[in-house]
Formats: sequence, structure tokens, C-alpha cells
Amino acid sequence: MSTDNRSRLPKLFTHIALILLAVPALLPLIWMVATSLKADTQIFGSETAGVTMKTIVPHPFVWKNYPEALHAIPMVMYLRNTLKLCLFNVVGAVLSSAMVAYGFARLEFKGKDVLFMVMIATMALPAQVTMIPVFVVFRWLGWYGTYLPLTVPAFFGNPFFIFLLTQFYKTLPGDLSEAARMDGANEWTIFARVMLPLARPALTTCALFQFLWVWNDFFGPLLYINDVHKYTLAYGLQQFLSNHGAEWSRLMAASTLFIMPILILFFFAQRSFIEGIATTGGKN
Amino acid sequence: MRSKFLRENLTGYGFIAPWLIGFLLFTSFPFLSSIYLSFTRYNIVTPPVWVGGQNYKMLLHDDPQFHTALWVTLRFAAVSVPLGIVCGVALALLLNQNVRGLSIYRTIFFLPSIVPTVATATIFLWLLNPEIGLVNGMLHKIGIEGPAWLLDPKWAPWSLIMMSLWGVGGSMVIYLAGLKDIPAYLYEAALLDGANPVQRLRHVTIPMLTPVIFFNLIMGVIGAFQYFTEAYVMTKGGPEDSTLYYALYLFQRAWRYLDMGYASALAWVLFAVIMTINIVLFRSQKKWVHYGS
Repeated sequence: MSTDNRSRLPKLFTHIALILLAVPALLPLIWMVATSLKADTQIFGSETAGVTMKTIVPHPFVWKNYPEALHAIPMVMYLRNTLKLCLFNVVGAVLSSAMVAYGFARLEFKGKDVLFMVMIATMALPAQVTMIPVFVVFRWLGWYGTYLPLTVPAFFGNPFFIFLLTQFYKTLPGDLSEAARMDGANEWTIFARVMLPLARPALTTCALFQFLWVWNDFFGPLLYINDVHKYTLAYGLQQFLSNHGAEWSRLMAASTLFIMPILILFFFAQRSFIEGIATTGGKN
Repeated sequence: MRSKFLRENLTGYGFIAPWLIGFLLFTSFPFLSSIYLSFTRYNIVTPPVWVGGQNYKMLLHDDPQFHTALWVTLRFAAVSVPLGIVCGVALALLLNQNVRGLSIYRTIFFLPSIVPTVATATIFLWLLNPEIGLVNGMLHKIGIEGPAWLLDPKWAPWSLIMMSLWGVGGSMVIYLAGLKDIPAYLYEAALLDGANPVQRLRHVTIPMLTPVIFFNLIMGVIGAFQYFTEAYVMTKGGPEDSTLYYALYLFQRAWRYLDMGYASALAWVLFAVIMTINIVLFRSQKKWVHYGS
């Protein structure tokens, strides 16, 4: 397929436009890192100076904002909590979604199409509608203040992943599972031995998304976590922000530390991220 | 035969059991019980008390904050969703050109969309700081005295819309995938007909992209009506309720005032509003969305 015939703007114009747009895309992050390395005198002294290279680049570089941020916000503890939640959510959501998707993609049963539509429809249901009764039930179970409300639901599949994986399973050739069936394997064996290994790229995408969501999740901890020792990074950062709003250098150092793992993960797994989003959005 | 049929069904339901059980526990049961709760007075501690349609009556006639929240949210959706679509499509069109360094540009534009919301909110609070923030610093440089942004009821909603555009890269990659799926022969045919680039954009690219635009429109509307974290972290609804988004108001009603019955009624109104808009959008599809060829 040639791309020569596509509508094309002159290349120079495209480059200029892309570079001009890249500035606002990156500047907030650059400013965040720059601020995290500045002395308070530089931050609060720039009031009338406007923006020059002199005000953007830290001088002197103040590395101690980072240890200070770590001292003020117990980020190591928050990190441990967040990773714990991430681990359970990733394992739970990926395994359960893979299983459900296999049922929808490869098996025949009564009411399948209707149930699949219902599942898709639930993605459009605003969380606000179910959030109060769900909260009431978790509270009644005595789960308020524990991680259970933030982990157990993951084990019941995620419609977004089920959809993505169903699409993926459908593209796999039927021969392999047919051959296994001939050898007398049942569906559970075929799922575990044939399909799961083949679906690894799609499963990776799901795992990454789930990790990202749990890492970012603010609302869940806001509703269910009441103990400082159980705070996650997102919630802990917000709490610090609301108590020490003007400590910009420490706040930006903490934000940088909070974002960094996500950025590193993204650079290693760019394709999985971008293609995962693209597939679910493109084929509705 | 019959036992094979039964076995097949059982296996099928076995595989989808996790979702099905989760759906009953975490979606359909709460969905139905929230209807009931919306007709009660309920503070979580003591059992719900049936009050009939009182919550809905109060919401319509006696709650100016509800009207404010609805209006603030509708306005946010009406501006941020179309703006997000235009910017997302424009960016994707630029990235669909045949120039060097595309993957670098794509990464740069996608990056903001994976930055955690709380971090984005923190960064923008700092960028938009009226006295020492970067934005007003830059405006000062070119001789403009910037507004107080999040502290000014006129500018606070615009600040949040601006911030939402920063994350437009997430939908951009969906448009980009849609653009790659447009078959080349359509462009060849358009070229044979002597169509210029603008005509090709209008008569081939945009129509072929409408299914993806439609998907993003629906998701955008749903997202806009659930807009919460940014407002909670940055403005708490202020100043003067100018950023009192619907989901935020509902949250305050439920968890600050423990007014769970009233909040459930609010949730159902939210649901009705979203459904109405979505039905209208789905109906409008015939007029502007082109499926397949």
C-alpha cells in the first residue's frame, strides 16, 4: 500500500506545526522537573522576572528537595502499598478477563451475544450509579478501611480487557485448538495450554493498563482508605498537596518520583500501550 | 446430542462465570438498589427511610446547587468534548503525514495522557499559579497580565478545559489507527477525480474517520459527566461553584453530608442525562457517521 496518494501537507509546514505543538505537550513536565531541583529563593523570587532561560534552569541545582520530599511524604511506604494493590489487581484482572474472553470468543452457548452486548453496555454505565450501594455492601462486609474493596472486584473480569482479548482470540487460527481437541483435550486445557501462551502480547497490554489504572487511581482510596499507613501514592500526594500546598519544590519532586516509574514503563512498552488503546477505540 | 448441548453450555458459562458473577454482584444488584435508595433518606448509619419522590422534588425545585452543577457540567462537556475531538483529529492528521521522526512526535504527544491525574492536577496548579506560575510568567513576558486562573470564577472552568486538552494524545492514537485503516484506493479514486488535498480531506478522510469520531464522542460525553478527580484536587468546586462538576457535587452530597438517598437520586438524574444525550447521538449517527464501504 502506498501512502503517496494521501492528502499531504508540505513537509516543512508539518514539521513546524509538530514542533510548535510539542512545546506545550512537554513544557509542563520539563517545568515540573526544573522546579523540583530549584531552591525556594529562586521559585519565589521570580515573581516579576517573567520567564527566561535563567528562570527555567535551576541555579543552583538543589538535589536535597528529593530527600526532603521523601522525608515529608512517606513515599516508600506509599509505594509498597501501591505495588501491593497493583500486583493483586493485575493478576486478578488479567486472569479472569482472559478466561471470560475465551468463553465469548471461542465457545458457543445460549445467550452469548446478548450477554456480550450487556457487558459492552456496562462500560457506558457511570460509576456514580452503582458506587453508593457497592460502598454500603463493602461496609456491611466489614471491608471498609481494608484493601479488599480495591482488589477483590478485579477478579471478576474487566469489560475493557474482555473486549480487547475477545477481539484478539478471534484472530487466532482455529486449527491449533482443533488439533488439541482431537487429542482429547477439554476446553480448560486448550485455554490454559494453547490459548493463554498465544495471547501473551494482548495479556501484556491488559497488564500494563491495569497497572497504570491502579497506580493512578485516586477515587478508590479516597472512598475506602482511612488509615495513613494504607495510603497509596496518588492519594498520599493529594493529601500532602492539600496540607502543604505552597511547598512547590517538594511537591514537584514528589510528582516527579510518582510519574517516573510510569514513564520508564511506557518507554519499554510503548507499542503495547498505544496499540491497546488504538484497537479498542477503532473497532466498536 | 442433548448432553453435548448441555455440556457445551456449561463450559461456556463456566468460562464467563467470573464476569457474570461480578456483573450480578457489582453492577446489576447495586444498579437496582440505587433506584430504591433514591426514594429514601439514608445516612448509612441508620436504615433507609422511604420518602417517596421527595428527593427528586427537592432536586428540581429546591436545590440551586444541583442546577449549577448540571449547568457547569453541560458547559464543560459542550466545550471540552468537541474541542478534544478537533485537536485529536488535527494532531492525528499531522502525524499521518510522511515526515521524519514520527514515532518521536507520537511519543511526545501521547506522553501527557499517561501522567496520573493527581500528578497532572498538581503540575497544573503550579503552572497556573497567578503570581509565580509559568503561564502567567510567559504572558507577562509578552506584555499580558494573566488572570488568576483557578482562583477566578470566570477563568477556572477554562483552566480545567485547557488542562483536559493536554491529555488529548490518548484519543489521538485512536484517530491515528483509524486513519491507517482507510484503504488507499479511496485516495487513488479521489485523485483520479482530480480532488485537491482539501477536498480529499473533506470527502474521504473525515467521512471514513466518522465511526472513530463517534466512538470518542460517546466516550468523551460519558467521561465529561464523570469528571471528578481534577476538580476535587484543584478547586474543590470553587471559586463560587464555578467548577462544581456534577460528579463532585454528588460526591459531596454522599460523603460530606452523608446524604446517600439524595446522592442516589442525583446519580439517577446523571444516568438519565447521559442516556438521553447518548440516544440523541446514536440517532444522529445516520446523518453523519459512515460505516464500511
